[in-house]
Amino acid sequence: MNRFAWCAAVVSACIAGAPVPTSAHGFAGKRFFPATLATDDPFVSDELSLPTITHQRFGASDEGPAVRETDFSVDMSKRITERFGIGFDATYKRLRPDEGDRQSGWDNVALSAKYQWFTDAAHEAIVSAGVDWDIGGSGSKRVGAESFSTITPAIFFGKGFGDLPADMSMLRPLAVTGSLGVAFPTRASTTTIDDDGEESVDRHPHVLQWGFALEYSIPYLQSYVKDMGIGEPFNRMIPVVEFALETPLDRGRGATTGTINPGVLWAGQYTQVSVEAVIPVNDRSGKGVGWMAQLHFFLDDLFPTSIGRPLVRN
Amino acid sequence: MRAFAVASLLAVAPPLWAHAFLDRAMPAVGSTVRDPPARVTLRFSERLEPAFSKAQVLDASGRRVDNDDASVSGDDAAVLSVSVRALPPGVYTVKWRVLSVDTHVTEGDFAFTVAGR
Repeated sequence: MNRFAWCAAVVSACIAGAPVPTSAHGFAGKRFFPATLATDDPFVSDELSLPTITHQRFGASDEGPAVRETDFSVDMSKRITERFGIGFDATYKRLRPDEGDRQSGWDNVALSAKYQWFTDAAHEAIVSAGVDWDIGGSGSKRVGAESFSTITPAIFFGKGFGDLPADMSMLRPLAVTGSLGVAFPTRASTTTIDDDGEESVDRHPHVLQWGFALEYSIPYLQSYVKDMGIGEPFNRMIPVVEFALETPLDRGRGATTGTINPGVLWAGQYTQVSVEAVIPVNDRSGKGVGWMAQLHFFLDDLFPTSIGRPLVRN
Repeated sequence: MRAFAVASLLAVAPPLWAHAFLDRAMPAVGSTVRDPPARVTLRFSERLEPAFSKAQVLDASGRRVDNDDASVSGDDAAVLSVSVRALPPGVYTVKWRVLSVDTHVTEGDFAFTVAGR
């Protein structure tokens, strides 16, 4: 059946009341981009991460003793149209300092919006633009939630290498996703006065947030390049290395901080399970190797006729 | 609470369908076969809508060498196959585009080689 006939058949099916074909989450042509943990996804989708657990240790500094931090996050995104979606993120933090009392509470809630404005199926490419609003004062000061908001516009991209020439076919399962944004705090500095009446000023710089993820898809290898006979559960695994970094741009510019996260994602039909190590890039980013894990639900597959589809459809 | 939310999600989920991945093919993806196949058979991870699920086989110059009779198996709705003409030694490309029963479209292609005897 040619393309016209296929479209005509689909239109006929719609008229007859059959469901309308849709693109699934994270696809650009043949490429399935999995949900990454430390860096934002480049696509718009209906999905739920519940929970994402991150454990990391931070060394002692002028600001306080060494502390072990465990975060429990929930992150949900919802398509309004096929290309536009909104998101919600909340994190419960548990801090266990080497000295002093344990602290726990909610970090600031974050809302986000994203528009996927470019999708190239042949070249397995996606580009999106979005904005994240970290709502100041919505979290607990006990765990360091800021009293001011931060607005972060960003661009997101994804590119699969399925268009490499045949003599490089074993590299076709590779893909890269990433993001680049600048965080704008709504307050330039915070002044605090301690019990002795001494005043200190904490400056809040604009921060370049940048990160990317390198992925090698075993499902892509098996389905499109060469069937290596890899069986369950390994045939659905995607080894990944994520780089999540932040660079202050002004107001006393500190060093770049961030983590390198090697791990593996297992993408099933309805869920994804992911585990990554968290390796700080320097002492300011953490101490020792932490870890993160995520259980992720593809809502468009779980609920294709209700909450898993865009609210407004073409 | 978190466990309850997850359990609730799964409990109220409708019959579970999802986008169709190519699980296996005959001839296998990227393989070299000595004898030319009479059919190319594709097994997907999900059941397919027969009216909107198609496959083509092309030779190295892009000419179709299948008989334009791709069909979903009556016994197993996850299997799509198409018959091919007598294939001389060469590299062939299988292109497919399928609609799973939950309305998700997936597409793909892969190559296999007929080496001949």
